[in-house]
Amino acid sequence: MTEQERIQKQRSERAKDSTVDVPVDATKGDQLKAELDDLLDEIDEVLEENAEEFVRNYVQKGGE
Amino acid sequence: MAIAKVLGIETEYGITGGPDVDPITSSSIVVNAYAQQGRTRINWDFQGETPDLDARGLAGLTSFAPVVETHLANTVLTNGARLYVDHAHPEYSSPECRTPQEGTLYDVAGEEVMRRALTVANESLDPTQSITLYKNNSDGKGNSYGTHENYLVARDVEFSAIVRAMVPHFVSRQVIVGAGKVGAETDHGLDAHPFFQLSQRAEFFEEVVGLETTLKRPIINTRDEPHCDAERFRRLHVIIGDANMSQYATLVKLGSTALLLALLEDEGAQAFPSPPRHPVRAVRAYSLDTTLRAVEICEDDQWRSAWDFQDELWTMAARYIDQRGGDAVGSPDEVGLILEQWREMLDGVRDDHDAVADRVDWVAKLRIVKGIQDRYDLADDDAKLRAIDLQYHDIRPQRSLAQRVGLRTLREDEDIREAVHNAPTTTRAYFRGQCVARYPEQIVAANWDSVVFDLGQGPLQRVPMMDPLRGTAALTEDLLKVSPTADDLLEALDR
Repeated sequence: MTEQERIQKQRSERAKDSTVDVPVDATKGDQLKAELDDLLDEIDEVLEENAEEFVRNYVQKGGE
Repeated sequence: MAIAKVLGIETEYGITGGPDVDPITSSSIVVNAYAQQGRTRINWDFQGETPDLDARGLAGLTSFAPVVETHLANTVLTNGARLYVDHAHPEYSSPECRTPQEGTLYDVAGEEVMRRALTVANESLDPTQSITLYKNNSDGKGNSYGTHENYLVARDVEFSAIVRAMVPHFVSRQVIVGAGKVGAETDHGLDAHPFFQLSQRAEFFEEVVGLETTLKRPIINTRDEPHCDAERFRRLHVIIGDANMSQYATLVKLGSTALLLALLEDEGAQAFPSPPRHPVRAVRAYSLDTTLRAVEICEDDQWRSAWDFQDELWTMAARYIDQRGGDAVGSPDEVGLILEQWREMLDGVRDDHDAVADRVDWVAKLRIVKGIQDRYDLADDDAKLRAIDLQYHDIRPQRSLAQRVGLRTLREDEDIREAVHNAPTTTRAYFRGQCVARYPEQIVAANWDSVVFDLGQGPLQRVPMMDPLRGTAALTEDLLKVSPTADDLLEALDR
């Protein structure tokens, strides 16, 4: 099952079981936050380890 | 009638590493690596290059024209592009394209060219000397390098009309096509202490109109070097743009600008919103304001935000397409897509960032910068946040953050691979690219408006291409097919 299918399945199960309406926006917000968390994990993995040195050493001559 | 908006983008890439850490050496290694992978090395021909001609018709009394460096690596690709070393950066100048979608494709193909060049170059270097390329516009320390767009404009449009009409767009389009920047780096930028700016380039602009590109950068550049028939055409050289990683941003940047230029040709400058009284102040102030609420006083005494300008310009463009079609820019489908995306991005940056984080570079970048800042509770000036800014533009797939943030793509990888090798078929780039591919041994040089052949005997023969819309596949494909050699081609052209 893909991530998308899993989330959709969870959603439909929740809708069936629950007697309280879940606001659409809250669900969407939770999903966006989960996506961002995954993305930040990935960025953490590839980001230059020594940020300070990386940024300091990035010096260019002007161009154009 | 508006003329076809032939267009293209030139990008100088940021560069680090190399055997002696000298960027000129490293840039030459990258360009030569790619050239040597090809079948030949064809030189760029500098005849006809006049970067010091001023479109206002005056000598640039207070301006210094760029110096053309002829000794550096410089080559022509089979896709019609030019790949060379410009100052201290490798630069890819896309071939002439007929539509914004095509322009976007060939800009992305340029990234792929650089990626391949980098791979080959690094194979020849010790791993400690590895070169890295960045498709960005500044080093965060006050040094900027350009991403320039070019648009074909009818010569009979007065230059002053271009200035009057286009300043509002050039100061405001950053709200949707800015690439985003952590912090600031010029004296006036630093005084404002921004956490984040919309644009990489905005704070480097100091004049409204001028010939310069490296000092006192102007919002409207006056370089009058059409690279084609100067009686009929201008080439508007736009230096106030960011390098976009988002393909949709590139599409909307090219598409909106091309549509507004077509509108200018058809309806004149009076159709456009009144420009800000202080355009330089406006472009900087708009960049500093991610809330998009900053307003500037305009010549009609109205106050407008960058968003207001874009809203007005979009409405004009939509009305224009409705009344006249957008043939000068693209097919009905294509101009429809441009208009739709322009609108969605504009609404998204104001109302719903999450909806456009897959298309607007500054929104995508700000999202991860804020995300990492919140996750680790970092100060605004933490180096890690600047590292994210830089690495967003790293072109290596294993390092690029732009490739990880979920940006939508316009074209399939297969189209991009194709565009690395083959020129657009609808401009003279087709003829240039085909000549380079078919007769590499007989071409001694090429440039935007000619190809020079050496047939081994007699004088060198220059084939001029003064009209960007000739030399297309429709006009030259048959001729090329029946000309197995350059001799055959030139003989056929003579007939």
